[in-house]
Amino acid sequence: MNANVPSSTSHYPTAPTAQRDVTHTLSVLVDNEPGVLARVIGLFSGRGYNIESLTVSETEHAKHLSLITVVTTGTPMVIEQIKNQLDRLVPVHRVVDMTLSGRSIERELAMVKVRGKGDNRVEALRLADAFRARVIDATTESFVFEITGKSDKIEQFVALMLPLGLVEVSRTGIAAIARGPEGM
Amino acid sequence: MTREMTGAEMVIQAMADQGVKHLFGYPGGAVLPIYDAIFAQKEVQHILVRHEQGAVHAAEGYARSTGKVGCVLVTSGPGATNAVTGLTDALCDSIPLVCITGQVPTHLIGNDAFQECDTVGITRPCTKHNYLVKRIEDLPRILHEAFHIASSGRPGPVVVDIPKDIQFAKGVYSKPKEFPHTGYKPKLKGDLEAIKAAVELMTHAKRPLFYTGGGVINSGKNASALLRELVKLTGFPITSTLMGLGAFPAADPQWMGMLGMHGTLEANMAMHDCDVMVCIGARFDDRITGRVDAFSPGSKKIHVDIDASSINKNIKVDIPIVGDCAHVLEDMVRLWRTQAKQADKKSMGDWWKQIDKWRARKSLAYRASNEVIKPQYAIQRLYELTKDKDTYITTEVGQHQMWAAQFYHFQEPNRWMTSGGLGTMGYGLPASVGVQLAHPKSLVIDIAGEASVQMTMQELSTAVQYRLPIKIFILNNGYMGMVRQWQELLHGSRYSESYSEALPDFVKLAEAMHAVGIRCEKPGDLDHAIKDMIAVDRPVLFDCVVDKVENCFPMIPSGKAHNEMILGDSGVSLDDAITEEGKMLV
Repeated sequence: MNANVPSSTSHYPTAPTAQRDVTHTLSVLVDNEPGVLARVIGLFSGRGYNIESLTVSETEHAKHLSLITVVTTGTPMVIEQIKNQLDRLVPVHRVVDMTLSGRSIERELAMVKVRGKGDNRVEALRLADAFRARVIDATTESFVFEITGKSDKIEQFVALMLPLGLVEVSRTGIAAIARGPEGM
Repeated sequence: MTREMTGAEMVIQAMADQGVKHLFGYPGGAVLPIYDAIFAQKEVQHILVRHEQGAVHAAEGYARSTGKVGCVLVTSGPGATNAVTGLTDALCDSIPLVCITGQVPTHLIGNDAFQECDTVGITRPCTKHNYLVKRIEDLPRILHEAFHIASSGRPGPVVVDIPKDIQFAKGVYSKPKEFPHTGYKPKLKGDLEAIKAAVELMTHAKRPLFYTGGGVINSGKNASALLRELVKLTGFPITSTLMGLGAFPAADPQWMGMLGMHGTLEANMAMHDCDVMVCIGARFDDRITGRVDAFSPGSKKIHVDIDASSINKNIKVDIPIVGDCAHVLEDMVRLWRTQAKQADKKSMGDWWKQIDKWRARKSLAYRASNEVIKPQYAIQRLYELTKDKDTYITTEVGQHQMWAAQFYHFQEPNRWMTSGGLGTMGYGLPASVGVQLAHPKSLVIDIAGEASVQMTMQELSTAVQYRLPIKIFILNNGYMGMVRQWQELLHGSRYSESYSEALPDFVKLAEAMHAVGIRCEKPGDLDHAIKDMIAVDRPVLFDCVVDKVENCFPMIPSGKAHNEMILGDSGVSLDDAITEEGKMLV
């Protein structure tokens, strides 16, 4: 029997489950106007899409443009829907699938606060050096590290800090840009 | 022209410059300056409705029957929230509207002021686009941009929220020549390579069909003409969604009737068995596809749609073409002609033979009666007695709507106004007000149910006030018929709250509202009563008392595929119909 046999009380077919979820990073160039972020977020929540990471900032002040980088998961069909739905919003200029283009760089910045004394403190500093994290604040019993890199590098660093006295982490979310001379 | 005026005057001036003749609205504190501007001019006529939802539906009817943008003016707070149902309806059915909402003065926004609501927040997901105007300098551009966005691409409703201080503020008005929105450029022409591939696929089809929708209507009369040409050239059968009725004439032998949940057997079976499906301006909605994983399993699918997000949303297609229906159809017709294409005669002959077999099942047949008026019979008589007139039909939502779609046959586009996507009960009466206003000499009929019509009943006063002789033809079965049908089918005939208790006497109600009331209870009296209704040059409330327990067939039952329809047969109870093999076709 087909696993998708619908229940007898609803006309609506059950959700198809054949496709696997994939993660994509989308760069969305938008007019920098009030409410544009609400439109994008409202689209995701209203249609039941996922947001893994979201960064927004004005990129070209003179042109009133902002860049939204959003990391999302879904089946390939849903990812295509997300791109088309985003593209349909009036203030959206362009939607580029950074994952699909395959030639993009993704970076994230995190600030990591670690509290400890003695060996733990030395070890935290040593690991920070290995990860090229900078100390941007220090007291006699704590450090704040600034680390930049791919998300998995940051996650690895945070995991290492956990037993050494991790207090809190503040991450920016992912920013992405395409390699090579062409703009989006 | 460029001159200084107030924001309120700009609103009306922009409408006049856009060629707007009628504006549907309801006044209130936050739009009084605009009502002052209306008072001072004659170009734009204001139509006073009785509820803001009615204003939006009337504007929808106006827009759909004319192809123009419908205009609405409502106040802040409750005015805006009452309009939300209509806006959502217009978004679902792609109807071009511009809705001006008043807002509390700029300095009070966010203050929980009297009649304040977050209009742009509330209407963001139910409009194509919306604006909150914060500077008088932006107002002329935004007003014209709103019309541009509403009517271009895939049409939809646009809200412009204008705080009261902006309405009073003075500024320089001029009609902008172009729009700075670089992100908004709807694609009209389809990709020629894809169109060539589609035509090639169609040429070699053995069991092809056209499946068309509201996109063809929205694309303009030319799109309907091109569709007719292409269907004639190819010789393919054609079916249409509820929204697309009229784009292709129902009298034509290639017409298979509507498809979907209450579509004809031949249309749904052909959808299931076809090898090439040419979808033009339709969106594979769940009422069309039934069970998705069993939807037309053996076909290659071509999908033409102006909205890229409609493509591959529910059903994966083989040749997607993003573009306006008329443009793409023009290319298809030209390619078919210049390459002297011809579909394979033998397989087309076999395909038509198969379709004729399905047709022979007469899936719309019902058991006639001399005792009670069958609702299907009522629509058939209404059709026969009005088909030679200049007639426009609107509907509410429910069984009567499906019977109207099945038994009222449309030969031209823009003649059929129904709430398809949202399924809004109460749509038809106010919509008919809008249609009648746009076509004062035509016969405008709202085919209604006694439950639906009570949702927006008060708009009958609007019709009376403006002397709009709309005809409200109520199929009164004393039930929310479609709810009752589903309860019978899926909930063990437990008719929970679906009985129309304490119904008004519609004849007296009509008289109390200065309209004309007619009641008809016997099949033998029906023709005469309908003729009386048509002859009256005033609004008529026609209470057509019909069979209480008639169900709407055919029907694709719960989560079934197209080839698992059930047909109506009054001899067999519905429970048996669902399980009994003999009632399950093929």
